[in-house]
This record gives sequence, C-alpha cells and structure tokens, in this order.
Amino acid sequence: MSARTWDRALIYGSATLLALWVLVPFYLIFLSAFSRPNDVFVYPKPLLPTDLSTETMQVFLQSTGVVASVLNSLAVAAITIVLSLALGAPAGYALARFAFRGRQGFQLVVLATKMFPVAILSIPLAVAFVRLGLYDNVIGVALVHTAMALPFVILVTAGVFAGVSNELEEAAMTLGCSRVAAFLRIALPLALPGLAAAAIFTFVISWNEVFAASILTLRQRTLPALVLFALQQSPLYFKFAGGFFMVLPAVVFIFFMRRYLLNLWGGR
Amino acid sequence: MAAITIERIVKTFGKTTALREVSLEVQDGEFLVLLGPSGCGKTTLLRCIAGLESVDSGRIRIGSRDVTDLAPRHRDIAMVFQSYAVFPHMTVGANIGFGLRMKRVGKAELERRVAEGAALLGLEPYLDRYPAQLSGGQRQRVAVARAIVMDAPVLLMDEPLSNLDALLRLQARADLKRLHREVRRTTVYVTHDQVEAMSMGDRIAVMRDGVIEQCEPPMKLYNDPASRFVGGFIGSPPMNFLPGTARSGVFEGEGFRVPLHGLAAADGRGLLLGIRAEQIDVADSGVPARVQVVEPLGANALVTVLVGSTAVKMEAPVDTSLRPDQDVHLAFEAAHIRWMDAETGMALH
Repeated sequence: MSARTWDRALIYGSATLLALWVLVPFYLIFLSAFSRPNDVFVYPKPLLPTDLSTETMQVFLQSTGVVASVLNSLAVAAITIVLSLALGAPAGYALARFAFRGRQGFQLVVLATKMFPVAILSIPLAVAFVRLGLYDNVIGVALVHTAMALPFVILVTAGVFAGVSNELEEAAMTLGCSRVAAFLRIALPLALPGLAAAAIFTFVISWNEVFAASILTLRQRTLPALVLFALQQSPLYFKFAGGFFMVLPAVVFIFFMRRYLLNLWGGR
Repeated sequence: MAAITIERIVKTFGKTTALREVSLEVQDGEFLVLLGPSGCGKTTLLRCIAGLESVDSGRIRIGSRDVTDLAPRHRDIAMVFQSYAVFPHMTVGANIGFGLRMKRVGKAELERRVAEGAALLGLEPYLDRYPAQLSGGQRQRVAVARAIVMDAPVLLMDEPLSNLDALLRLQARADLKRLHREVRRTTVYVTHDQVEAMSMGDRIAVMRDGVIEQCEPPMKLYNDPASRFVGGFIGSPPMNFLPGTARSGVFEGEGFRVPLHGLAAADGRGLLLGIRAEQIDVADSGVPARVQVVEPLGANALVTVLVGSTAVKMEAPVDTSLRPDQDVHLAFEAAHIRWMDAETGMALH
C-alpha cells in the first residue's frame, strides 16, 4: 500500500472510531428507550432493534412532573434565548464594528466570566434569588442560563457581524438609511443564519444545564433537574427513556443546523 | 446641481493625522480625481465628504448648504464603494432601487428609474439575478447604477475600478467617462492609478500625507508639476530628476552644465532639473551619458541612461541604434525643463 492509501485509511479509521465513540451510547440508549420496560434487564442484550415498543417512553412521559418540567425547560430556554440575544448580539455587534477604548479588555472579561465554576456561584445565587423572590422560578433559572450563554453568544455574534462587511451598511447609509435602518435592513438579514445558529446553541446550553437548575428550583423543575432528581429512585428503563428524551432536541437541532454551525467556527 | 466647497478640514485617527487643513473647490458638474499613494488621505477625504467620517475641524459645503454635521442620507450624495457593497441578499433590481425605496419614491416612478439606470449600465438582462450570480464587472455596474438612479447632484467614487482585471478596467474607465458626460453630476473620484486619473479627470488633486500638493487639469499637472513628488507620481515613466547646483546663471550637474534661463537662484543653491522622458533627445554634444538598458515597448523604446550616477529614462524610436554601454550626448528641450528646489522638492519659477 502506498503512503497515500495509508493516510486515507488512518483518517477514515480515526473518523469511524470517533463516530462510534459518540454513536454507540446513543444507539444503546435508543434501543433501551424503545423496548418494553422489562426488556432492559434481558441479558445478553439483542443489538438489533428487533422488538421495538413505545411502552417505556409512554411510561416516562406519563410520570408525574415530566410534562410540566418539559414545559418549564422550554420556557427557560425561550427566555434564555431572548435575553442572551437581546444582550449579546448588540455587544457582539459593537465588538465587530467599533474600535472603542477597552475593547480588548472587554473581550477578555467576557471570556473570564467562563472561569467561575457554576458550583461556586450557585449557593450565593440561590440565597440571593430567595431574597429577590426568584427562587424556584423559571425566570430565575433563565437568568442564570443567560449569564452562562452570554460569553458564547457575544463572541459568536461578533464573528457573525464581522463577516458582514461594514461597507454594506455604509452604502445603505449613503442610500438614505439611518444607522439603525442600515442595521435592520442590511446587517441583520445577512447575519440571521449566524444568529439563528447562536440561538439554537443557546437552546442546547439551556436545555442541558442541570446544576444551576437543580439548585435553584424545588417544584418548578426543568427536565434535567427532574431527571437528575428522579434518577436515584427510578427504575433503569425510566433512566434510559429520560436520557433519550434529553438528547433528542439537541440532536435534531444540530442535524438541521449543521450548515450554520460550521458558520460559527470561522466559516463566513 | 451642486459645487463642493471644502474649507480647511482636519481629520485625525488617534495619533495619526489623516487630513491636515485640506481645502478644495469642486465645480458644479466637474469630474475631480483625488490621486495619491495609499495612506495619503484621499479615501478619508472622500468619506468626509460623504459623511461616513466626521471631521475634527473645518467645514464642508455642498451647493449652498453646510453639510458638515449632517448624516450621509441628508447630504444629497451617492457613493460607489471599492468593494461595490452590492447587497447580497437582494436582486440586482432591488439593489438599484434600494435608495429610491428608502426615499419612498412611488412604485411606478421607482420602476421607471430602475429600468433607466439598468439601461444606462447595460444591466437589463440581470435585474432578477442575485449578485452572487454576477461577474465582478457586472457587480461594479450594479453599484454605479444604484448610485446614479439616486439623482443626487454629487457622485462619490472610491476606487471603483481597482478590483477589475486590466482589460475590463480599460472598458469600465471609458464607460464611466461616457456616463459622466451624459449625467454631468459633480463627481469626486478616488484612485491611486495615475493613468486612470489622467484619462478621466477634468482636474486632478494629487495628495500626499494628508495634504493636497497640487490640483490642476491633467496636462498642466503633467507638464508643470508643483513638486518633485507630483512629477514623480504622474506619468509613466515618471519625470526624471537630476541633482545639481546653481552657479552664476548656470545649472551644474554631474559632468554637465545647462543654462538656468532666467531662473533667479542664488549661487550655490541646490537644485533639481526635472525633464520628461519624451523631451530628451540624443545629440552630437550636450549632457554626456552612458546607455544602460534599451526596452522596446512596441510603439517606441524606453532607454535607461546614466548621467553621472543618476539613472534617466528617455524615449527613443523603437528602431533606435542605441546599444547598452554606448556613450552618448543628450539634449534637454529648454522649454520643458522644470526646476525644483533640492531640499523642499518644490517647483521654482
């Protein structure tokens, strides 16, 4: 075999290995989530989906609190997306367009917020939220998720707006637009795919976040908080169903948005 | 229609000064070219006129209005950008009509003017296409059409041809010149290409380090450069400059003497003798020189000779008998010699 063939074999081999690393657990979770509750304990386990059933998923979805927590999760994610884009996109735009004093410092500080572990922040936050009446409240959780998503949203939208040439907005301004109108008619539509991708990533961050959500809620659980809480007491099949249900939205979104996700990482 | 009056404008970016008290008058309907090397401030000056940059001090008037503090959209200008800045998410037709839509021009008139603009630039077949489906030259024409249909009295262009390949640029240059003759807008055109400037401008303002060195019609600029910089920047090849000293009415160069012809220069003053390549002839006697290189260029030949230690470019017939290492004598046509001060580089009269 030539060196070239070896190279290809190595690349494809590694890629396959990586894909399996990610896909095999997904597949096993899927298999268990879509079999009958008691099949989970069968050994050795059949690796082919010969006996699919939605019984387990039904049990999961009908359990107490699941539907409510899904609604909570969706509400939290929606508020998080709105807040983090409303705050992050203008910051990203400013970073991309204007040379202002402290620009570099700002960028650094934005990243630095990522250095504080949520574990350390959560307890004081819980105390503060109790005082403010935000404890056990979707808005409280959404605020924390917004704080967690903001650095990401700011840096990504900065990249997205930097990809929209400033001359386009200037041209619009010479053609009768105010600065705001130029942004709304030119920069925003062109940045939309990137902003959508940022929104979806924010959704995934919020949907999957478990730590802050567990500590800051008691009855108004988000889905991850509920699943985490219920895990110890629930049967194995319930865990698989919960796992599958948690993974699903992220996978679906990333599948539809993969083109835009590539946009995020430097692709203009 | 409108003239542009620029009075002593200053523009700084942080610690660098881009424009130092620049003043300029552009006549109504004139095609004025801002020419200079990169970083000379020509684009900054254009952007100040457009209102895309604010000035630190000085005033800008368009027609009878002081526009210094107005936003671009209130200045009655239209602009063509170097990158064309054609909106990628709109069709050609929507691009051309964008400014008119912003002005809330009625539908019927909008369509009529877009059609007119498209016809003027030969874009009718492409109105429904998106910019990504166009060639560079077509995109450039969309940008021009979009500016033209605004019917703004002032048209600003920032190196609109620099992204085209050489052949297309030649064509587009002629097209723009024809267009200007037809629409007669007051035009300010930025370029670093002196050929473009010479061929298009009614007048050329040569800029350097944030200052306009000279603003004259092209041939005046070519024949009578106000400074060594202008003479060296305009023309291909650039004007030749030979160093020497004034002594009792005579210029003493390296191994030659030329009469100063009435130029009043104190003895011992350092001078530069400026002469264009086509004003140098081979003669039986005169300035001694040695041929270095002979380059046949088709219509004529470009000959590089050494006068003392200075390389001088001269034009010769393409069938010239000059050969490298040959010793010759040169005659400079007295009427075409330009004298410059050796220290300041400024022309002396």
